[in-house]
Amino acid sequence: MEITIHTTALPHDDPDASLAFYRDVLGFEVRSDVGQGKMRWITVGPAGQPGTSILLAPPGADPGITEDERRTITEMMAKGTYGWILLATPDLNALFEKVQAGDSEVVQEPTEQPYGVRDCAFRDPAGNLIRIQELR
Amino acid sequence: MVRLCKSEWRRARVQAQRLADLARLRRVRDRIDREYAQPLNVEALARDVNMSAGHLSRQFRAAYGESPYSYLMTRRIERATALLRRGDLSVTEVCFAVGCASLGTFTTRFTELVGMPPGAFRRQAADAADAVDAAAGHADAAGTARDAGSAIKVEGMPACVAKQVSRPVRNREAMADAQTLA
Repeated sequence: MEITIHTTALPHDDPDASLAFYRDVLGFEVRSDVGQGKMRWITVGPAGQPGTSILLAPPGADPGITEDERRTITEMMAKGTYGWILLATPDLNALFEKVQAGDSEVVQEPTEQPYGVRDCAFRDPAGNLIRIQELR
Repeated sequence: MVRLCKSEWRRARVQAQRLADLARLRRVRDRIDREYAQPLNVEALARDVNMSAGHLSRQFRAAYGESPYSYLMTRRIERATALLRRGDLSVTEVCFAVGCASLGTFTTRFTELVGMPPGAFRRQAADAADAVDAAAGHADAAGTARDAGSAIKVEGMPACVAKQVSRPVRNREAMADAQTLA
């Protein structure tokens, strides 16, 4: 059985800001963009890898989520403790420079970690932690 | 056109302000993660987001369960364990490299969080590394090597997991009288 990791979702609170970040800063292609206002579902992903996507989705859109839970989710996003993802690139320094040149919030400069990886971290506009690991 | 009644509008405004405040606290926490090796202190962090030090400490603790001072020190100790494990830096060098100006404060906090003083941790890490080297050709010694390094072996774990497990456990509240960083 062959299984691929096809799509993973990250929440947004300002769809246009998130779209601009993933498209213009990370250089992802936009594969679909549906809905309107805050209720937009935007699929993005790296060029040349059509089999892997990130879905930027409104948080708490599931009708089974209560008002309290929705408020907790938006507060965790603002605090920066909700969504996160791990990306990888062969040229960590170049990517870090590009992200830093924008107005993105840097959480960690490229650092050699004791567990054998070199990585950096920053926030997307919705407060998700984007950790990027160097491929080597 | 949707018209909100006055109380709904007020509630929405209060919630928007709360989210803005939390985002501000996030920026403080991220700055600690980014600049922990600098001579940061709570006053400087608070000034940066136009809060008083006391207000920032209270708000931060309410949001993250510990004071910004405690978070900063934990971040420094976490990095210190990584540097000590490398074995090429002395305890004093590591203390300064992670932004602590006082060896005494560093040693005290390190011992509280890790469960042993930094010198002992460094020796244990070196012994574990030696044992692993020795075990390379002797399968029998592998168990000993594992025991020696049980507290600190992270090789082979996925990075994100290693980061979680090697992070010092916050087993104490921040010292109540520690208003400024040493």
